[in-house]
Amino acid sequence: MLSFFIILPLVALIILNLPFRALMNRIVFVFASMLALLQTAIASLAIAGIWDIRAIPVSPLLRFNIGVDNLSLLLLLCTGLVIFVTVLVSKSFIPQGETRFNFISMLIIALCGANGIALARDIFSLYVFIEVVSISSFILIAFNKDRDAFEGAFKYIILSAIATIFMLSGIGLLFLISGNMSFEAISVAMNTSRHALLILFAAGVFLCGLFIKGGLVPFHGWLADAYTAASAPVSVYLAGIATKTLGIYTLIRIAVSVFGFDMPISNVFLFIGILSIVVGAIATLTQTDFKRMLAYSSISQIGYIVLGLGCASPLGIAAAAFHFFNHAVFKSLLFVNSAAVEKQSGTRDMDKLGGLSQRMPVTGVTSVLACLSAAGVPPLAGFWSKLLIIIALWNTAHYNYAAIAVLASLLTLAYMLLFQRKVFFGRESGHLASVKEGGWELVVPAIILAAITVGVGVFFPFNLCRLIIR
Amino acid sequence: MNASLTLFWHLFVVVIMLVIMGFYCIFMTYNLIRTLIGVELLIKAVTLLIITAGYVTGHMALAQAIVITLIVVEVVFIVVATGVVIGLRRHNGTLDTRKLRNLKG
Amino acid sequence: MQINHTLNSIILIALVASGLWTIMTRSLIRSAIGLALTSAVLTMLMFSFDSWLAGVFELSVCAGLISVVFISTISLTQPLTKAEVIKHMKDRLERFMYLPFLIIIVGVGLSLLKVNFNFQLPSPEIETDARKVLWNLRELDLLAQVVIIMTGIFGVLILFREMRRK
Repeated sequence: MLSFFIILPLVALIILNLPFRALMNRIVFVFASMLALLQTAIASLAIAGIWDIRAIPVSPLLRFNIGVDNLSLLLLLCTGLVIFVTVLVSKSFIPQGETRFNFISMLIIALCGANGIALARDIFSLYVFIEVVSISSFILIAFNKDRDAFEGAFKYIILSAIATIFMLSGIGLLFLISGNMSFEAISVAMNTSRHALLILFAAGVFLCGLFIKGGLVPFHGWLADAYTAASAPVSVYLAGIATKTLGIYTLIRIAVSVFGFDMPISNVFLFIGILSIVVGAIATLTQTDFKRMLAYSSISQIGYIVLGLGCASPLGIAAAAFHFFNHAVFKSLLFVNSAAVEKQSGTRDMDKLGGLSQRMPVTGVTSVLACLSAAGVPPLAGFWSKLLIIIALWNTAHYNYAAIAVLASLLTLAYMLLFQRKVFFGRESGHLASVKEGGWELVVPAIILAAITVGVGVFFPFNLCRLIIR
Repeated sequence: MNASLTLFWHLFVVVIMLVIMGFYCIFMTYNLIRTLIGVELLIKAVTLLIITAGYVTGHMALAQAIVITLIVVEVVFIVVATGVVIGLRRHNGTLDTRKLRNLKG
Repeated sequence: MQINHTLNSIILIALVASGLWTIMTRSLIRSAIGLALTSAVLTMLMFSFDSWLAGVFELSVCAGLISVVFISTISLTQPLTKAEVIKHMKDRLERFMYLPFLIIIVGVGLSLLKVNFNFQLPSPEIETDARKVLWNLRELDLLAQVVIIMTGIFGVLILFREMRRK
């Protein structure tokens, strides 16, 4: 039953490719959004404890080595949500017909791959599904086939290939030590083996590959170019799934199930996390293109997740997972709003925009909510996750890291408010007189995501015990 | 078993040499297709590493299964990458990597 | 199969040499052929380690399919003119000149370093036939292969679609 998460998108894809071309072109949109919504519903019910998911084999042919725990359910939930939003946004950016059919088929494949990452139980299957999501990201970035898109895609391809080589080398060396590929066997071998230097080298090389894929500093060179060159729905997809699933979810999974948390690894996480937060936050202050600014802001927020992970305490890991979910929600919301602004006003330059809040009221309000959540203002959801990360840092006696995190949070507040002021408030520029609100497909996801942010934030203290993972 | 252990070090040295060659090729070339050839060499190096690991630990069947899956992934990767390279050639008119400066930094 | 040390050493040296030729040679088509040659030598090594299934895959796919992909790409993107080629060659030589020396120094230096590796080897595996391992133990990999192939098919459809229309 669990394997349906992977098989169902695949079957949907095969059905969609039957030769009823005209019919398929029309129903593919509804199909894909229903699929994503179904996955979100199942995952959220499972977290609330209603659904009992066990790996019941349906037939001997479908017996896979997969398993799920709370962390995987969180990823399934985030993925379903982000793919649903992306499918909605793509309606106004990609023209109807065969183009949109190809686009949504690619998104379904990416959904399949991300589910595979969530359910994999050994390190090589995890790697192959990571490659599925990576390759579909290349194709999606290069989708509208203009010069910038190809260039951003090629830079991402080369860096992703280097990251793949690092990860595979790590896998090969771990294979040498343990002789097996599953998580439990590798973690047992790592604890009982004598070759400390080789284990450290293998772990380090594997982690470097993951840092490149996740876009952490100092391996973040490809991120800004890829995010700006891609078209708007692809940016939503990239921010919500590609960077986070490939890099961050895998990082959490490997750290929790395989490597354990010895001293060198948690120190590396703390250092890289704080570096990403600071560099990302400073880099946003000099950007004029708001998509690029949002890309650097993503780097900063992902640094927070890794910082929480570096605490090596259950509170730290739970805080990191919660910030993972929050980041998926508010960053997707920001990208959806930027897509609406770009579509309606035709420009991405922040200096040319201004005073849009009277013309696009829904976008303005939801954007303000997202910015406040990103900056960590109560009672929105972002405040709780950042507070938990800082408390976890304080508890494990990393006082200077906690102080820098708080200062960077103030910096986040500063640039978010600057972004808001430039785009939505302030004097209205002359040539924007004909701008109106975006279509329903850009407004509805924004309202849904904003509602989730506010809802989680307000109800969080009541659900504290239920949402802590582990 | 002893024979496989003495051979291990030579195999590992060859892996390291192939990795150095692959990275040198990627970073020193001005041609897009040669960059992809460098990536291919790196994947060959990792394949050799996995076969070595399988040979030394005796788990040759698992190593073969992994190499087969890896070859499938490699083929799809190269096909998609050459698609992007052909698209770049069509826009820029050349395969020179020094012309990829359109996006800032 | 008996392991013959000198045969393996010859194959390893041939591997490094063909890899070096792939990079240093000046025309792209010779580079693609060099890549196929490297794959063939790697296949010979796999056969010598008694892993014939992976060797057959490597030979037919890497030395065959990937070389076809590279050569068709190279012929789709037109070559430079004669004068540009000569200027390019001189510039190239000074960049790539250091590589063979680097490789030989690293190789000789490392192999003289007698590192002692007494590996605590894990227990031998239960299933020794690669086909049974692939089919029974690693079904998730097979499913992943199906998904990747579909990704590749859609990628080709999307990226190469313009060419069909023109």
